[in-house]
Amino acid sequence: MNIIEARKLVHEYFRRDEEGNVEGIVTALDGVDLHVKPGEFVAILGHNGSGKSTLAKHLNVLLRGSEGTLWIDGKDAMDEKSLWEIRRNAGMVFQNPDNQIIASVVEEDVAFGPENIGVPTDEIWKRVEKSLKSVRMLQYRGHSPNKLSGGQKQRVAIAGVMAMEPKCIVLDEPTAMLDPNGRKEVLDAVEALNREKGVTVIFITHYMEEVIRADKVYVMDHGKVVMQGTPRQVFSQVDVLKSYRLDVPQITLLAYELQKAGLDVPEGILTREELVEALCRLY
Amino acid sequence: MIRDITIGQYYPSNSIIHKLDPRVKLMGAFVYVLSLFIFRGIAGFAAVTIGLAVLIWFSKVPFRYMVKGLKAIVVILAITAIFNLFLTPGKPLVSFWKFRITQEGLKSAAFMMVRLTYLILGSSVLTLTTTPNHLTDGMEKSLRPLNKIGIPVHEVSMIMSIALRFIPILVEETDKIMKAQLARGADFESGNLIKRAKSMVPLLVPLFISAFRRANDLAMAMEARCYNGGEGRTKMKPLKYARRDAAAYSFIAVYFIGIIMLRVWVQI
Repeated sequence: MNIIEARKLVHEYFRRDEEGNVEGIVTALDGVDLHVKPGEFVAILGHNGSGKSTLAKHLNVLLRGSEGTLWIDGKDAMDEKSLWEIRRNAGMVFQNPDNQIIASVVEEDVAFGPENIGVPTDEIWKRVEKSLKSVRMLQYRGHSPNKLSGGQKQRVAIAGVMAMEPKCIVLDEPTAMLDPNGRKEVLDAVEALNREKGVTVIFITHYMEEVIRADKVYVMDHGKVVMQGTPRQVFSQVDVLKSYRLDVPQITLLAYELQKAGLDVPEGILTREELVEALCRLY
Repeated sequence: MIRDITIGQYYPSNSIIHKLDPRVKLMGAFVYVLSLFIFRGIAGFAAVTIGLAVLIWFSKVPFRYMVKGLKAIVVILAITAIFNLFLTPGKPLVSFWKFRITQEGLKSAAFMMVRLTYLILGSSVLTLTTTPNHLTDGMEKSLRPLNKIGIPVHEVSMIMSIALRFIPILVEETDKIMKAQLARGADFESGNLIKRAKSMVPLLVPLFISAFRRANDLAMAMEARCYNGGEGRTKMKPLKYARRDAAAYSFIAVYFIGIIMLRVWVQI
């Protein structure tokens, strides 16, 4: 059974004037289909305003669709009663690390989620330790979040979600406000969680380099899923990606340009090693 | 410049007062403030002084550090003293022009100074020895009965602890906006008071907008982590009474009864 199953999901924002009359309707999601198997690492790509963040908020039921169906871990997201159970099973990490840390001590922030769902005290301590360890932030447990770097704060946020022991974790552009080092830290932590703990990951971003290790990539534009497949399948279509105002990873772009210049390089090259191998084979 | 502001200046140490349960300390502070307004005469004054001295000695906070907090209220102290000194009717001691100082005025001015000074010193022991988190926890726990009459105790203490967490972030942000405006030629330093207040507008508007945006984000993040009010919530670090807390409670009781008895029976 798929852990996330969205069919023809539609979300409309109403734009209102000052009196509250509806001025216009913006369709942020326009018939989105999404199928995620347990344990998968799924990346969702899209330019600003493509609807990817709106989709992320649906997965945690912070928003509800106006049409279509969404099932998360066998629960109907349109049903009011399953709200808390879905939030518990689908954790969410947001873009701005400062605006999602609640407590003024790292370990207390990680404990916030488990406290909310009523986990007993000794169990909370165990979970906090385990999840801080899994993002390699255990040595900072007594620190104030204000003293941490962006990447560290974001890892604390991930630990905070992990402490609730969700089956899947949705990350809404977690790297957008970080420097390259922080980005790598966060990405490594997320990949480790996916590989070692088998947590389903939905990773939303607009950095192409971050998704080459995903199992599956969805590309969104104007509220629709316009491309989907493995990273290799998606990135081999450089022209199509460009038409959605997305960049391809540099190596893929280089391979593409070489191919256009007449060299016999295969399509959809993702890593430097692959390109080196392909080029060596030529001569 | 703005970064120097400190609120709830906790003084880390390992004293017995630091280790006490915040509920005991809150209760103690309350009783202490009450006692300041109950005591009368030299005997009562001596008792309160001994109580305060013992408290400060046990807290291991340097006395000099504590007195720093008094600087802020020197003006208030002076004004209260002057009013008490000149406006209390009674037997005149000295009189010049329209003013006269009475014996009663001298006495009440002195006691008022002592009361205010002791009030600040005593309550600063509370904030100096308790972390803000502990303090809000203690408040939530000891005010819980108010929940029954519809006061949202948990929510208020949650708001307080979040406010404490966001003070440094907003201070940093103010600094950033200030620098951005300065770089574009804003002037926060010169001019008279009104002009300076006006120049704060381009600082406050973006600060407020960003604070609201942060609040919105934070609310969403809290909801995403299943925050649903205080109902059914457990605690990572629940407050637990230890034996020393019971001892402290009995000290507080003895002190309070002593002060009341001094007021009723001793007439010095």
